[in-house]
Amino acid sequence: MSYYFAIIGTQDNPLFEYEFGTSKQGGDGQARFSEQARHLNQFVLHSSLDIVEEVQWTNGQLYLKVIDKFFNNYISCFMTGGNVKFLLLHQPTATAAGATRNSTSVGANPTSPQTEEAIKNFFNEVYENYIKAIMSPFHKVNMEIRSPVFRQRVAAAGRKYL
Amino acid sequence: MAHFGPGKTASSKEQAGLRYPSNGKTIYHRPLHRTKTAELSQASFAYLFSEMVSYAQRRVTGIQELEKRLNIQGHPIGLKLLDLLLTREPPRSQTRPLTIIALLHFIKINLWTHLFGRQADRLEKSSNPDTPDEYMIIDNEPLVNAYISVPREMSQLNCAAYVAGIVEGVCDGAAFPARVTAHSVGGKEEGEMWPGKTVFLVKFQPEVLEREALFGKG
Repeated sequence: MSYYFAIIGTQDNPLFEYEFGTSKQGGDGQARFSEQARHLNQFVLHSSLDIVEEVQWTNGQLYLKVIDKFFNNYISCFMTGGNVKFLLLHQPTATAAGATRNSTSVGANPTSPQTEEAIKNFFNEVYENYIKAIMSPFHKVNMEIRSPVFRQRVAAAGRKYL
Repeated sequence: MAHFGPGKTASSKEQAGLRYPSNGKTIYHRPLHRTKTAELSQASFAYLFSEMVSYAQRRVTGIQELEKRLNIQGHPIGLKLLDLLLTREPPRSQTRPLTIIALLHFIKINLWTHLFGRQADRLEKSSNPDTPDEYMIIDNEPLVNAYISVPREMSQLNCAAYVAGIVEGVCDGAAFPARVTAHSVGGKEEGEMWPGKTVFLVKFQPEVLEREALFGKG
């Protein structure tokens, strides 16, 4: 199970991106995307922005759950109040998806309530740190987030929940 | 915090001039939620605000420009407060404002309570059929104007333009682009109950109303 996480600004501009793998069930936290997939991921993620724009006005929740699917890539979305999108691409490994469809483990079944809850917790933790980032008086809207501390915090949230 | 030139010392090689506070605490180590309602001194705010007004007043040619500068000072605060106040909501009512009314309620209740310790006094929709895009937030005595006496020759000025900027920031951030201006409407005669009464006129962009009409029915 590998994840690609990106924060997209209000002008559909990327502010932050991070790749990681699962740390549950003996995962080492490393992303297992092929070099080709890594480029494709960016396309898949950004192409889901059209759907985000439709969903965001019908659902006032911050967490919009899985909004898009491209073959085996699932996109979960979280909208902040300031219209910044957190998008997480998750790709269940082929064996996990095939063999254990009813498995409750995070990642094996991308639309199960357990997975939704885990991703929600992940997003909430990132949101908290994102707000701290934008609270900085030197931060302007749609500014790229480069803080190494922020990156560490996102990595820690990924290890904790996914 | 002292300012150092980048890339002079050995340690700055890998961090590219980034410096951490000596105790290792960054903005990420501070809590987002307040345990109790911490209030700030109004006197120090009044002092700071008077400096902000005189700063904005430098090299401006007219009152409109001065108000515009105050507005610009407030704008980023609104953008930030929107997200901050949303997280401080209890999780169940944590929803993004989707309609104009929900947004204005959020401003009247949450934003005002956070900034001034009380709600705004009234919320009105323009009764003029030509301007359905105009809404009014009314504050009987804006806190920012408490210690400001406007000279007679600048009677058009209302320093609450700063607050209007904050409101505009919240509207823009929530994807309801709007122009917000502050207007004094208090009567000047003796015995007037609220001489400093201020109306914040929120004029939404046409696309906001268009979207409202589209999603409001569905």
